[in-house]
Amino acid sequence: MLELKDISFERDNKKILDNISLIIDNNKFVAITGPNGSGKSTLAKIIMGIEKPDSGRIIFNGVDITDFKINERANLGIGFAFQQPVKFKGITVHDLISFAAKRQVKLNEACEYLSDVGLCPRDYISREVNSSLSGGELKRIEIATVAAKKSEFTIFDEPEAGIDLWSFNNLIYVFEKMYKKITGSIVVITHQERILDIADEIILLTDGKIKDRGSKDKIFPKLMKSSKCKFKISKGGTDEI
Amino acid sequence: MKFKLNTDEAKLLKKVSGISSDDIKGAYNIRKDGKAIERVVTDNINIVTKEDKTGIDIYIKENTVGEQVHIPVIISKSGLKDVVYNDFHVGKNAQVTIIAGCGIHNCSSDDSEHDGIHRFFLEENAKVTYIEKHYGSGNGTGKKILNPRTEVNLKKGASLVMDSLQISGVDSTIRETYGKLEEDANLVVTEKIMTDNNQYAKTIFDVSLDGENSSCKVTSRSIAKDTSYQEFVSKISGNTKCFGHVECDAIIMDRAKVIAIPEIDANNVDARLIHEAAIGKIAGEQLTKLMSLGLSEKQAEKQIINGFLK
Repeated sequence: MLELKDISFERDNKKILDNISLIIDNNKFVAITGPNGSGKSTLAKIIMGIEKPDSGRIIFNGVDITDFKINERANLGIGFAFQQPVKFKGITVHDLISFAAKRQVKLNEACEYLSDVGLCPRDYISREVNSSLSGGELKRIEIATVAAKKSEFTIFDEPEAGIDLWSFNNLIYVFEKMYKKITGSIVVITHQERILDIADEIILLTDGKIKDRGSKDKIFPKLMKSSKCKFKISKGGTDEI
Repeated sequence: MKFKLNTDEAKLLKKVSGISSDDIKGAYNIRKDGKAIERVVTDNINIVTKEDKTGIDIYIKENTVGEQVHIPVIISKSGLKDVVYNDFHVGKNAQVTIIAGCGIHNCSSDDSEHDGIHRFFLEENAKVTYIEKHYGSGNGTGKKILNPRTEVNLKKGASLVMDSLQISGVDSTIRETYGKLEEDANLVVTEKIMTDNNQYAKTIFDVSLDGENSSCKVTSRSIAKDTSYQEFVSKISGNTKCFGHVECDAIIMDRAKVIAIPEIDANNVDARLIHEAAIGKIAGEQLTKLMSLGLSEKQAEKQIINGFLK
């Protein structure tokens, strides 16, 4: 279980996260959504330890991890898939999967992780994770790596960002499969309706605050209303539907 | 097998050439402390001692395919300066692998130095893979100095792939590579160097693309740690319709310094030459990514370096 207590984060005199308190139970698929700039990615980075909150505490399975380093959190069971996967020189897909699993993963096992994300293992397993790979390929490799880590709590920061529609359709399938396979919680930062569709719960973040949270049936109409109103206002209308 | 080596020497030999006294195939010439200690030739590859200076001529018959030549040098005697001239004459259509390498073990206060001057003469359509490893060991205050000079002459359609690796422990090195390429010839050089402590490494590439459709690709990856200092100087001259690409990538750490001086000379309107150089510390996001997989910062740094020099 992950608990955030009064998390605040401010940069350049702008409150990016404003007293966020939140509990995410075990074995849940939670989607965090909200407009651009609402603080979603910052929240994800704060959970992983990539950013430090100005105030507040983070409790993971009863342990206060607020002052823990990234790797200490990773070893406690938190995983993180980057919005923009990191590129290396010389490090291969097989290397990354082995680092994630904390052992030299055998070829056939590593290949399974790649098949799961729709990549032909033979073509990718020995490839360097460098700029010769497309955005979609890097994204899938990122997900395969995170899957190999088998974390108890995994955060995906906008997995749909920068990938084509074809890859995206596969991505949904990957998430569904992953959710069935792993025992643990998945938190996805997303704008995509189809990811929101498969979540157990949706958290709506606006201006650094949790505006609402609940089932898809509860949150979705509000979300749609909010986006329609914004569209109408931007076209000179009112916020009434 | 006649030659005998002590433990340190056997380790050096294994490190720089991957061979041992009971595991070596093909033609070879093993040089230890300034003298050849064993030589084996084959029907297609002959090795002859030079008469006018120290060194050997290696003759590879035309159409020789799939053979290997090992010419490792090991130095365990301190205070020795060994200069050797090795010429490789590779016949038409031959396809061979040449493995050189030099290891110095120095436990004393006197400097040990090896200067290997290697000249390659590849006839038409010959193809050579040339692997060169340099390594120093021993905890004496005497320096371990290695100055390899490689000259590559490629006739029409010939190609040479050179992999050069300086693993560690070399206090000072000036590594020079010169190339002259005729029509359709191709030269690929990959250099990997790591320096630490107070070490110095200078690399000089000077390649002349003289023949139409000749091409050259030079990739240098280096890591400079502690207070070490590296210089990378490259020049590619495109004198006709040709393609040249130099890529110099360095990771700098601690208080080390790296200087890269690129030069590409296009002397013909159809010459296409590219130079890329990047020097910087390990990217923070790379460390973050590996730490998010559970590696400590030190472990992450080590894996990034291992990958970079792989």
